[in-house]
Amino acid sequence: MTITMPQLGETVTEGTVAQWLKKPGDAIEKYEAFVEVSTDKVNAEVPSPVSGVLREIICKEGETVATGAPIAIIDEVGVEAPAPASEPAVPVVANATVAPVVAPVAANAPVATNGSSSGIHSGNGTSNGDLRRFSPAVRRLARAHHIDVASLRGTGTNGRVTASDVIAAANEGPSAAMAATILREPVPTQTMAAKAATQPPAGTSTYAEPVPGTIVPLSQARKIIAKRMVESLETAPHAWTMVEVDVTKLWRWRAQEKDKFLAEKGYALTLLPFFIYAVVQSLKKQPLLNAKFSDEGIHVARDYNIGIAIGLDTNLIVPVIRAADTLSIGGIAIAAGTLIEKARAGKLGADDLNGGTFTVNNTGANGSILSKPIINGGQAGIVTMEAVVKRPVVVDDAIAIRSIMNVCLSLDHRVIDGTIANAFLGDLKRRLEAMKPGGDL
Amino acid sequence: MAVASPSTVMNNVEAVRHTLYEALKNDERTLVLGEDVGARGNVFLITKGFIEEFGAERVIDTPLAEASIVGVAIGMAMEGLRPIAEIQFADFIYPAFNQIVGEAAKTRYRSNGDYTCPLVIRTPYGGGVRGALSHSVSIEALFYHVPGLKIVAPSFPSDIKGLLNAAIDDPDPVLFLEHKKTYRLVKGEVPSGHYTIPIGLADVKHPGDSLTVVSYGLYVHQAIEAAKRLADEGLSVEVIDLRSIRPMDRTTILASVRKTHKLLIVHEDNKFGGIGAEISAMVAEEALFELDAPIRRLCGPDVPAMGYALPLEEEFMVSTDEMAETMREMVRF
Amino acid sequence: MAEATTTPALERHGLSDEQLRWILRNMLLQRTLDNRGFQLNRQGKIPFATGSEGHEGIHAGSALAFERGADILVPYYRDIGLCIGIGMEPLHVLLSMFARAADISGGRQFPNHFTNHALGLMSISSIIAAHLPHAVGAAYAMKYRKEAGRAVLATFGDGATSEGEWHESVNFAAVQSLPIVFLCENNEWAISTPREHQMAIRDVVDKAEGYGIPGEIVDGSDPIAVYDVMKRALDRARSGGGPTLVEAKCYRFLSHTTDDDDRTYRSRDEIERHRHLDPVPRFERVLVESGVMTTDEVSAMKREVLAHVNDVTDRAEALPYPVASDLYTNVYEGTHEPWL
Repeated sequence: MTITMPQLGETVTEGTVAQWLKKPGDAIEKYEAFVEVSTDKVNAEVPSPVSGVLREIICKEGETVATGAPIAIIDEVGVEAPAPASEPAVPVVANATVAPVVAPVAANAPVATNGSSSGIHSGNGTSNGDLRRFSPAVRRLARAHHIDVASLRGTGTNGRVTASDVIAAANEGPSAAMAATILREPVPTQTMAAKAATQPPAGTSTYAEPVPGTIVPLSQARKIIAKRMVESLETAPHAWTMVEVDVTKLWRWRAQEKDKFLAEKGYALTLLPFFIYAVVQSLKKQPLLNAKFSDEGIHVARDYNIGIAIGLDTNLIVPVIRAADTLSIGGIAIAAGTLIEKARAGKLGADDLNGGTFTVNNTGANGSILSKPIINGGQAGIVTMEAVVKRPVVVDDAIAIRSIMNVCLSLDHRVIDGTIANAFLGDLKRRLEAMKPGGDL
Repeated sequence: MAVASPSTVMNNVEAVRHTLYEALKNDERTLVLGEDVGARGNVFLITKGFIEEFGAERVIDTPLAEASIVGVAIGMAMEGLRPIAEIQFADFIYPAFNQIVGEAAKTRYRSNGDYTCPLVIRTPYGGGVRGALSHSVSIEALFYHVPGLKIVAPSFPSDIKGLLNAAIDDPDPVLFLEHKKTYRLVKGEVPSGHYTIPIGLADVKHPGDSLTVVSYGLYVHQAIEAAKRLADEGLSVEVIDLRSIRPMDRTTILASVRKTHKLLIVHEDNKFGGIGAEISAMVAEEALFELDAPIRRLCGPDVPAMGYALPLEEEFMVSTDEMAETMREMVRF
Repeated sequence: MAEATTTPALERHGLSDEQLRWILRNMLLQRTLDNRGFQLNRQGKIPFATGSEGHEGIHAGSALAFERGADILVPYYRDIGLCIGIGMEPLHVLLSMFARAADISGGRQFPNHFTNHALGLMSISSIIAAHLPHAVGAAYAMKYRKEAGRAVLATFGDGATSEGEWHESVNFAAVQSLPIVFLCENNEWAISTPREHQMAIRDVVDKAEGYGIPGEIVDGSDPIAVYDVMKRALDRARSGGGPTLVEAKCYRFLSHTTDDDDRTYRSRDEIERHRHLDPVPRFERVLVESGVMTTDEVSAMKREVLAHVNDVTDRAEALPYPVASDLYTNVYEGTHEPWL
């Protein structure tokens, strides 16, 4: 029989043969000490588990081996000489893994369970029978991205619609939603690549790649955008006005700070945060711009939650910088940068999209110098930041070259009139023109 | 008698020993007291050689009386010393409950800051070592409920050093839990020199994005092993080592859940009323709309203790296979 | 001034006239403050008071033996006379009764659970005997830092000597030979449990031998005798001689607290039979008969004490309670939140 290194004490994982008390050829009685072993906890003599003759010493004196490793062979009395590898002499505590006995635990667990293993330790039989029950994450994401979950095919256990499914659908836009509804065969593991590879039927094309002479089916997002735009124009009588703003000094200030800001904070410093900062200050002076019309009265908002309109490939989305009045210019840059990142990754949450009180649209990013935006979400106004263009202007009766940026305002004429709108824009213009290098970010 | 010099790679028991040694060497307000910590050097040899080097007044072999081990240490702490009391096995801590919960935890509060109690209580806990009914229990759930106490349970050597130093420096009472099975089983690199890890900070030990697994103690290591197996299968699991039980790191847990949308808590202690219950409640309160699956807890069964017989102990302990299987189910859910 | 002429019966143990007058004043102050607590409670002004009538001799005698600025006192909740005797302002007794924000514990503790780290008065809980291991730890710290001339005075009642933590504390202190005096104020009652149901022996001091420390027994209604015994015991501790168990016998004349009605467990006769043990009238008589004070001087002292107690009562009553947000401070150093 092969004798192995015993585990002498809790937590011990190895032992050293200190001294052999017998040599090969010696007779050993059962329980007689035949070797002395030491560990860092104890030194001990090991009694033999059998009577017999010591045939071979495997582990030399001074050698250290793991518990359970062979150290000697004893020919047992009454057993044939070459003993095959057999049971270890001392039961070794192995970290044995016992296959769990699988049994559905919860009485209400449906037959097609989510495969709950061993109820002993986890014991919750999550009923997954009803595929119309969507998780909180699924509902939230679906709302935020305007996805109709009922139209999605789920890739989770038993066909459950998962959060990843919703996000994938949002990122893919109409092609994914359409593929999910039009395809008849269930696709067992739908990866994004698989979805993208699905071809729509002939006679139609996609929003991302429209083909002349075809129909682009409406995605959920597009349907909702359409609905909202019509609603806005039909309820609020839109009026429009603009100012020109000399941002020469502001432009220089931003140029000086932008590299350092990017290096330190990891976010770009565009003109947008400066603009939003000034907008918030001007809103404080003209609270009716930060309001909503209703039949009971004009709700003047308490918070300054500034929406920034972001155009994605197939979608227009307006995430909100909450409590913008508590943020510095740098803080606004970071908040805006974060939202833009999230928007592009399709990870905007309900918090990010709700509660806006006023909206800013950076139309100038695409070169526009004048726009007539449609008011968002029942608010009282929406302001645009147009492109910065160098122009010849008259300063103190002389011609000078200045960086000029137009600022346009669409307003709900039920809430505000021209006087207030112009006061707001005038105040905004003054603030932007006063911003110069050396200010506080 | 030579004490192991602070080597780079050490196991958990060496990390405790090294940290205690440095503390006694560098701060004469510190001292160690408990049963068999002096001449015997502690039953795991953690303080072997200390009494010879630091003297019997700094390495006290107390009478066999847990309430007064803690209670006397409280008095020492109230009067400006930094005692590190040892309860030989966590299973023996119950007689000291009155002193820990009724006195140490309330010293600062009841005196409104006139007295404070900068005390550390160290104790080995946990099973899987054939320790049976009185050498295997987990006790954190009994104490983490108590305002005024702090509790940490690191199970990597570098975490042990940083958190034990932080516990010794802390102006409030800290219960320092050492999983005895990890004493020799877990090895790792330990930076030399004095450093602390803030109490209340968890650590992502294995990043992933499809499931958050929160654990501590022995099971962190098994969870990491299971996560690695799942990685080979193309499944991405994040394992968070809590390290701190009270205060607990909400920020790390929530950031992870917001990323993965699924939460599994794995702990050796009994399930009912274990710390998994508090984590579940917190996540449900603060991140319900991030959850894409019910929160699950993989825990010790609700029986008084694991038995001595091997099948009984194995039934109590959660195996790595079981963890992996549950993780798989949750990732695929 | 003329050396006090003592009647042969008065053993001063070296105390001066001024010190003897101090003892009487401390006893009168204690009794007046105690009674004030009960009065305020019966008036409905404070919810709770404990009384220490009967303990005045023990408190004054021990307080006099205590070294201010060196010794540490770890009392229990019936030690109001000891606490003012070592220098705590009587105003703090009233702040504690009225639970005012200006109380050092911020109105958190029950009355008579004082704290004053600067005076060496250790904060305690209401848990019987739980404070004794702390007293032992404090004594250990003194010995550890080699601070000669310092001792810990730890007090408790007869009931406390049944608790495990009492036993563990005395044992630990004895094994380590620590500078501590364990003073048992044995008033024969633990709420409603008389001594014979608390222990199988008659005198607590008999336990000392079991731990290998000296024990002394003293008549607690005689403050001078208490002073003598306590001075010797504290000096023994301060000079490295180790612990002593002192048992001072007295009688508890009032109920345990204002929430206890002692008529449910003892007769008025029993109380009256012990009246002769009342240390306050007894000491007044001793001082007058030995010529240290006249009856007029005693009366004047009583009036002065009453006026002082009235003054601090009014001052404490006029101060504000703590505010709700005060609940959250000092859980830890820093925030109280369990989640970070």
